[in-house]
Amino acid sequence: MAFDKMELRDIEVWDGNFAAAQALRQCQIDVVAAYPITPSTPIVEGYAKFLADGYVEGEFVMVESEHAAMSGCIGAAAAGGRVATATSSQGFALMVETLYQASGMRLPIVLNVVNRALAAPLNVNGDHSDMYLGRDSGWIQLDAYCPQDAYDLNFIAFKVSEDHEVRLPCMVHQDGFMTSHTAQGVKTLTDDQGYGFVGEYKPMNDMLDFEHPVTHGVQTEEDWHFEHKARQHNDLMTKVFPKIEAAFDAFEKLSGRKYNIVEKYDMDDADVSVVCMGTSVETAREVATEMRAKGIKAGVVGLRVIRPFPFMQIQEVLKDVKAIAVLDRSSPNGAPGMLFNEIAGCLFNTDTKALLSGYVYGLGGRDLTKKHLVDLFTELQANVDAGKILTPLQQFIGVRGPKLSFL
Amino acid sequence: MSEMKKIKNLKEFSTSADRFEGANLLCPGCAHSIIVREVLNATNDDLVLSASTGCLEVCTAVYPYTSWDASWIHIGFENGSTAVAGAEAMYKALKNKGRLKQPDRNPKFVSFAGDGASYDIGFQWISGCMERGHNIMHVVLDNEVYANTGGQRSSSTPIGSSATTAPAGRVSYGEKRNKKDMVSIMASHHIPYAAQVAPNKWKDMVKKIQHGFSVDGPVFINAVSPCTTEWKFDPKDTMMITDLATDSLVFPLYEIIDGHELNITYRPKNVVPVEEYLAAQGRFKHLFKDEYKYLIKEWQERVDANWAYLNRREEARV
Repeated sequence: MAFDKMELRDIEVWDGNFAAAQALRQCQIDVVAAYPITPSTPIVEGYAKFLADGYVEGEFVMVESEHAAMSGCIGAAAAGGRVATATSSQGFALMVETLYQASGMRLPIVLNVVNRALAAPLNVNGDHSDMYLGRDSGWIQLDAYCPQDAYDLNFIAFKVSEDHEVRLPCMVHQDGFMTSHTAQGVKTLTDDQGYGFVGEYKPMNDMLDFEHPVTHGVQTEEDWHFEHKARQHNDLMTKVFPKIEAAFDAFEKLSGRKYNIVEKYDMDDADVSVVCMGTSVETAREVATEMRAKGIKAGVVGLRVIRPFPFMQIQEVLKDVKAIAVLDRSSPNGAPGMLFNEIAGCLFNTDTKALLSGYVYGLGGRDLTKKHLVDLFTELQANVDAGKILTPLQQFIGVRGPKLSFL
Repeated sequence: MSEMKKIKNLKEFSTSADRFEGANLLCPGCAHSIIVREVLNATNDDLVLSASTGCLEVCTAVYPYTSWDASWIHIGFENGSTAVAGAEAMYKALKNKGRLKQPDRNPKFVSFAGDGASYDIGFQWISGCMERGHNIMHVVLDNEVYANTGGQRSSSTPIGSSATTAPAGRVSYGEKRNKKDMVSIMASHHIPYAAQVAPNKWKDMVKKIQHGFSVDGPVFINAVSPCTTEWKFDPKDTMMITDLATDSLVFPLYEIIDGHELNITYRPKNVVPVEEYLAAQGRFKHLFKDEYKYLIKEWQERVDANWAYLNRREEARV
């Protein structure tokens, strides 16, 4: 069996889903086990069509649930080959059990997560609830802000995840609809460049090597469980960042596009800064530039790598900022936001005197407008001028009814 | 095409190259290990195995030890079938791409799971695997109870059995529902082969397992696995209890080919009354009180009716 290469233009007009599907095609996945869910479905539909048209070879297993999708991916990865799938929201939630199993079994699976709200109430639109649900699952989590990123980060994901020193699965996040269904210009790699970057899959402990039988997914109790978990965590904390940096560097040499573990915009002399993820980074960037024209020294910090959390990099980039707003696009349900807490944790024990406040926004696909961000930067500047936080510590952006704020 | 392994006698069979080691933590007298050895010893081909969470899994792969001298995977309680289905998909992919390390092998993909992991929590996963036509064999180690977690009822637990979540008591005779007919349900997926087996009838077992390995597509095997701990009998009596199970026709041995052609593969010369099967196990002890003796009669009627049904199915050749 053979497959045909696809001639791509230097710049194609793709939405985030199709960009991810094209990246999967170019990485030549051996097994995709998948189940449809809005808004990630077009990724696996795209892959299925590539298969039907003879542009990829491999097995596409259309299973009966997302739990089975990841279960099949785990079996396939343990057998010894390149494996990927995609999901969102409720499907991601159904997968959660197997996410922990995939990472604990050290299987380099790539999962495209097209971020969407979690029910109830049922909602198909983008927020980061599913992304947050995955944050303790032992996966690497990369965050795309636009279709170009969704394309590029898939190559990075395989490169890092399949490295024998890492052997951890990797999620590539993109915002539901805002990225997944919004067509933009995407600069492409040729098929040879794309596959050349990730390289041929190198199996390790593969079940299909019958000369070396291997037992996957053992039982450990109080005698060994802690060591396994601690070593997995240690590898996430110590081995992943150098590999990601190396992959970003290699990718820049190949494509000219430079990614960073923490993306910073106008941060060199910023007084006030927003920290956020996903498509909001791009909106915040635009507004920060406009705020500078109004005399407010605004900057933006975007997370490119969510797990492992870039603790040191965040400390460094925020050390001289006077007021910081952390934006969480997931209901904290009884706490400050996850990102707020992570940032607060980074800054504690440092010399910073930054005023830190949190904002919850965009749940269920609610727009974060430029006006919202103008108001937000203005609030931050007022905090700086007053030398204290004038607003509640936690506020909601753009929610109807009486103003909700806490703490 | 792989070669069918020829087995002359029980001695030869029991001393075949073991890919499932005797060093495991299963209870003395547990039928699981006997069934697993019979399945594995039916072939010389390479194996890719899975176990769903349960007795077999927790007793054979406790880090840093393993009882498996073959490729083996455990993910969770419900998804052992899908684990080997994923591995089988990878095998096909790498075969097509010419990337298998040992391209001349004919591996067999087998998933082992208990009745809880098959009839209940893993039902959907198994159904999916059967429907999609993976070249895998799913073997249920059917001990009619959640034995690993201490004897809770499953949908395989038969009427009148006392289970910890359906206990016999002052006003209850225990489990109230009849056992799910899993073989029929799986055969209704129109898979090439579904069969019920028992470890005491090892020739019947080997024949069925070898047939299962020879067909193209999913195979479902339900193996009766008497549980010394939860069925409450002496560990030395496992085979005696199994004999009672098959010879009372509580566990009739039969196969269904291509979803429709039913063949009874074992007809006991002397059919034993169901009462003897029930009397040999502590889980049915309470049925012998006067007020519950009607249940024993109903048991016999149910077993007779099922046997008559199987015979009609066989005769009909449909």
